[in-house]
Amino acid sequence: MHSKFLFVLVLLLVMPLAHADQAVITKDDPVLEKRVMTLSEHLRCLVCQNQTIADSNAELAVDLKNQVREKLRQGQTEQEILDYMVKRYGEFVLFKPLVKSTTWLLWFGPLLLLLLGLGVLIVILRQRRKLMQQAPTLSADEHARAASMLSGNGGEGHS
Amino acid sequence: MNRFLLPLGVFIVLVVFLWIGLTLNPREVPSPLINKIAPTFRLPQLQDSAKTIGPEDLRGKVWLLNVWASWCVTCRQEHPLLVEMGRQNLVPIYGLNYKDNRDDGLALLRNSGDPYVLSAYDREGNVGIDWGVYGVPETFVIDKSGLIRHKFIGALTPELIQNKLIPLIKELNGA
Repeated sequence: MHSKFLFVLVLLLVMPLAHADQAVITKDDPVLEKRVMTLSEHLRCLVCQNQTIADSNAELAVDLKNQVREKLRQGQTEQEILDYMVKRYGEFVLFKPLVKSTTWLLWFGPLLLLLLGLGVLIVILRQRRKLMQQAPTLSADEHARAASMLSGNGGEGHS
Repeated sequence: MNRFLLPLGVFIVLVVFLWIGLTLNPREVPSPLINKIAPTFRLPQLQDSAKTIGPEDLRGKVWLLNVWASWCVTCRQEHPLLVEMGRQNLVPIYGLNYKDNRDDGLALLRNSGDPYVLSAYDREGNVGIDWGVYGVPETFVIDKSGLIRHKFIGALTPELIQNKLIPLIKELNGA
């Protein structure tokens, strides 16, 4: 029983090393690695769709990163690699959507909502100001009554 | 009365949008390869590493490329359906054994039946990436001229085969 526990403990200790093994390959060329990571931040992982392949450890993401590294090493430009990925996986693979007619609503929708909100606000403020101006003014008599009510003399009492 | 109309309208629009959103499957990313020429490759065969296979060998016929692996649970669920389809001789099914161990792949075919005319062996998964594979199993329908006409993402079902695949194959074979 005791030895089994120890065995599991040792396994747990060794576990991070198994991961470290993967990173070793990538460290031999820090400049290339930096380019791989920068480009990877622009590519969506299709398995875990809200992550870039730079953030993801899904197997497909690792493969795609390897593919990116390989292509960079072959001297392809960043744009060529992005084009390659779009051709295979569609524009959805770009983490930042392109600005084009089908994505205008996506890009400018929030601005549109903001303008709409501002418009509504302005209309409401205008209406309110108009209401204020139309509010009936008090006659001198009414003023006097209001003043005496406010000062606590019991405006209703003396009538 | 009127003051409730606007919020109600906004609410209804919102519900409609959310409702539509619920019926969409975000996992299914339409492939840009549809109606494009199938990406070429030359891979060793799974059964015989000395022989190779590529899409060019299959010009002139309608065929399926089923991406599978022994480690893929959904593929195993799909497998009996493929075996059944193979038996019915609907269409030649070719396999792309994706990121698999050769022995494991062969063992699966031995134990559960082999629906494939041939399987290509894609150890590194590079051909998979070339074909835009992101979730096995995937099944591509390729026509006589070598164009990809349809892609099924995930396991085929009897309904999909009956309602979508068979009519499509009939249409492509007729043309």
